[in-house]
Amino acid sequence: MEHLISLFVRAIFIENMALSFFLGMCSFIAISKKVETAISLGIAVVVVQAITVPANNLMYTYLLRDGALAWAGLPDMDLSYLGLLSYIGVIAAIVQILEMLLDKYMPSLYHALGIFLPLITVNCVIMAGSLFMVERDYNFSESVVYGLGSGISWAIAIALLAGIREKLKYSDIPEGLRGLGITFITIGLMSLGFMSFSGVQL
Amino acid sequence: MSHPTMKEVLFNPVFANNPIALQILGICSALAVTSNLNTALVMSIALTLVTAFSNLFISMIRLHIPSSIRMIVQMVIIASLVILVDQVLRAYAFNIAKQLSVFVGLIITNCIVMGRAEGFAMQNPPLLSFLDGIGNGLGYSAMLLLLGVIRELFGAGKLFGIDIIPLTKDGGWYEPNGLLLLPPSAFFLIGLIIWALRQWRRNQMEPAVFTLAPQVSDKEGI
Repeated sequence: MEHLISLFVRAIFIENMALSFFLGMCSFIAISKKVETAISLGIAVVVVQAITVPANNLMYTYLLRDGALAWAGLPDMDLSYLGLLSYIGVIAAIVQILEMLLDKYMPSLYHALGIFLPLITVNCVIMAGSLFMVERDYNFSESVVYGLGSGISWAIAIALLAGIREKLKYSDIPEGLRGLGITFITIGLMSLGFMSFSGVQL
Repeated sequence: MSHPTMKEVLFNPVFANNPIALQILGICSALAVTSNLNTALVMSIALTLVTAFSNLFISMIRLHIPSSIRMIVQMVIIASLVILVDQVLRAYAFNIAKQLSVFVGLIITNCIVMGRAEGFAMQNPPLLSFLDGIGNGLGYSAMLLLLGVIRELFGAGKLFGIDIIPLTKDGGWYEPNGLLLLPPSAFFLIGLIIWALRQWRRNQMEPAVFTLAPQVSDKEGI
């Protein structure tokens, strides 16, 4: 249990998806102009991440890994080279299903998150969550915790950045640096700040 | 729609419409793999090839893809190409593949590849799309290599792992700037490069959201 808690904290702060690994930068920069939309997108990412990482974990363990097909009488099969294709397939399918379910049962949530869901399929964070899970050999319970934690880490980061950018638009920035340039420098400073978490021992 | 010429398609993305600096696409990997030039170079080559060939194949079958499932078709083509790249890297350059870790796989979700497939290859003939892929790959590579050179040269005094500037710890004169090897420096550098690029091509500047009112009295703020 302690191990899982420390994994959770590490996933949020020390190995922050956005500020330590720089993943999902495209939407991180494009959709961080307003705090509300940033938070909606953040929540959508948490939900999708918490579902897809465990799902991909199950698929990797029972279908793709070297010798994983032993239950089907094929102990020599190693399908791990199909990994990339399968993960993205699972992600796309889950996002699609989630969209349909939300549309049918929770229309209000669908209207809040709906426009972001298709965007999330191609968000690097989701894909990277699954890839890191495979690379670090997490088991099922670890993958649930890691999926949730890494999703939250990204959501926190985009909410923080949106808060800063909302204030920043009132400041007098050199012409060429306006918009994209200053956003990059802001993220750089934020990520320097988050680096101080790397000294935390868990 | 007027058809773009081959030269435009190939060279516009490098400066005038750089995917990283202007379209904010594909930044994720630009930051993580540029702390030395080796990984930056391999990543640039991989991405250029994937973009070019995915554009080529998607453009070849563009008239046969039903528009409702086009995303999935594009995704499958891109993912298969990335698997190829990944397997080749693991076979012939295992160390670099290890250093790049998940970032090769992340080419699939790199917005440049998907964006060009959706935005260009679906409307244009194969050869032009292929060149567009190469052009955008070059734009990305130019940015990646520039970052790689700055970060490795001033951060470690080396290029491709070969000493260029003698470091103080080896009896030379240069004290390396460790900050440049840390990931945040990539953000600062990209920010500054964008600044420089926009001073040069002023039409890329973004308008200010608010402007300060002029100071009317010299007693203001006292």
